[in-house]
Amino acid sequence: MKYSALALLRGALSAHRNWVPAWRSPEPKPTYDVVIVGGGGHGLAAAYYLARNHGVRNVALLERGWIGGGNTGRNTTIVRSNYLFPESARLYDFALKCYEGLSRELNFNIMLSQRGIVMLAHSRHDLDSMARWANAMRMNGIDAQILTRDEVAARAPLLDMSPDARFPVLGGFTQRRAGTARHDAVAWGYARAADALGVDIIQNCEVTGFLSGAGGRVVGVETSRGRIRAERIGIAAAGHSSVLAKLAGFRLPVVSYALQAMVTEPLKPALDTVVSSPGTGAYVSQSDKGEMVIGAGLDLFPSYAQRGSFAVLQGVIAATLALFPSFSRLRMLRQWAGIVDVVHDSSPIIGPTPVPGLYINCGWGTGGFKAIPAGGWTLAHVLATGRNHELAEPFQLERFVTGRLIDEAAAAGIAH
Amino acid sequence: MMQLKCPWCGLRDESEFVCGGTTHLIRPDLSASDAIWGEYLFFRDNPKGVHLERWRHAYGCGQWFNVARHTVTHEVLSVYAMTDAPPAHS
Repeated sequence: MKYSALALLRGALSAHRNWVPAWRSPEPKPTYDVVIVGGGGHGLAAAYYLARNHGVRNVALLERGWIGGGNTGRNTTIVRSNYLFPESARLYDFALKCYEGLSRELNFNIMLSQRGIVMLAHSRHDLDSMARWANAMRMNGIDAQILTRDEVAARAPLLDMSPDARFPVLGGFTQRRAGTARHDAVAWGYARAADALGVDIIQNCEVTGFLSGAGGRVVGVETSRGRIRAERIGIAAAGHSSVLAKLAGFRLPVVSYALQAMVTEPLKPALDTVVSSPGTGAYVSQSDKGEMVIGAGLDLFPSYAQRGSFAVLQGVIAATLALFPSFSRLRMLRQWAGIVDVVHDSSPIIGPTPVPGLYINCGWGTGGFKAIPAGGWTLAHVLATGRNHELAEPFQLERFVTGRLIDEAAAAGIAH
Repeated sequence: MMQLKCPWCGLRDESEFVCGGTTHLIRPDLSASDAIWGEYLFFRDNPKGVHLERWRHAYGCGQWFNVARHTVTHEVLSVYAMTDAPPAHS
């Protein structure tokens, strides 16, 4: 059914008995054209674009838990495309442009709010590197504007701008088109749209092995709900990519870390932009519900535990309170961690694996949410055509042999 | 907070340590192929389970040591010297 004001009105008149589930919960069929492993944003988007862009509708999306229950539900909902290198700028800006039209396309309100992101400079060196950063973005055709100290103060009046501030703000830069989007809605919107095009979304279905055919080609998966055959399989499993790769018999240049975030109790509108302070390791925005959403840096040791360590939590809260002293009386509602797949150059991997027929989308590390449309679009392209999408061409596994890395560690905005 | 037992200083909070990643990696010969160098530099087992890793007591004695740690429970299974052979956990 199409969501609209009229549908709401009809619902109101029928005691809301007219609503149907947004997607089906089918039993898995024995065979599909394509199987996607991982029901986060990237996997769901790939399933949708397979059906929409390529007409491949006999697709199963397998999710171990529930869709959007991994990193898609654990990020800080920030979208931006302020990267340094042309390859990344193209990829992330493609994603941002998709986000700009996504609510209409999916007929699902993803609550995109382009409230801008303000990156803070706390030292002369920060000012220099941010000027370089903003100029690199403009060279790549992406909006960026250098801000003076007063312009930062006007955008985020609650920032401590006093002369004796622990971390003085000297200036910064902004990407106005950046902002936030409702993360669950992105997962649900893609799921509903993919389902409407015939994709089977199968939850509580863990992949436990890959079926190998002639020439080592992958021909299907073993799952907790039985054997499913498919000629082409895509993996989009973020922090668990290495676990699946091991089942398929290869390794990835990935290390899994916990990345924490937390929200405070809701309060009245107080912060209408995203504020990021790479120097102190804190980034803050206010959700539409009113909660302050605070993100931390990585817990810098390998982890698959979806909880963060107290040492990092303490650090990010201290940094946030130094920036926004008035937040000191807020109570935290929730704190959590997602397991992120960090690659040496902080850039993704989207393309074929050493196993014929098996493709992967991983390595987004600390910044996968903002890239969901691009990750899904390019994974769908390689799954449907067997050829890399032009945007994904630089982001292949072979760069770890050739040495042609695309080092975006500085633009990741999170200490690695 | 996770605690690690430094072989020299005893049990200390995780915030005193820096993790140096996977241990027991052996540097290939200089004449090795690009593929072998790539494996050595970038590709990791990244196990969901017991991981053999090196840590440094950065804000203490400054010494490196090896740890066998579970990456889901964060339980430390053993602490051993840099030159010791890998323990049997893995």
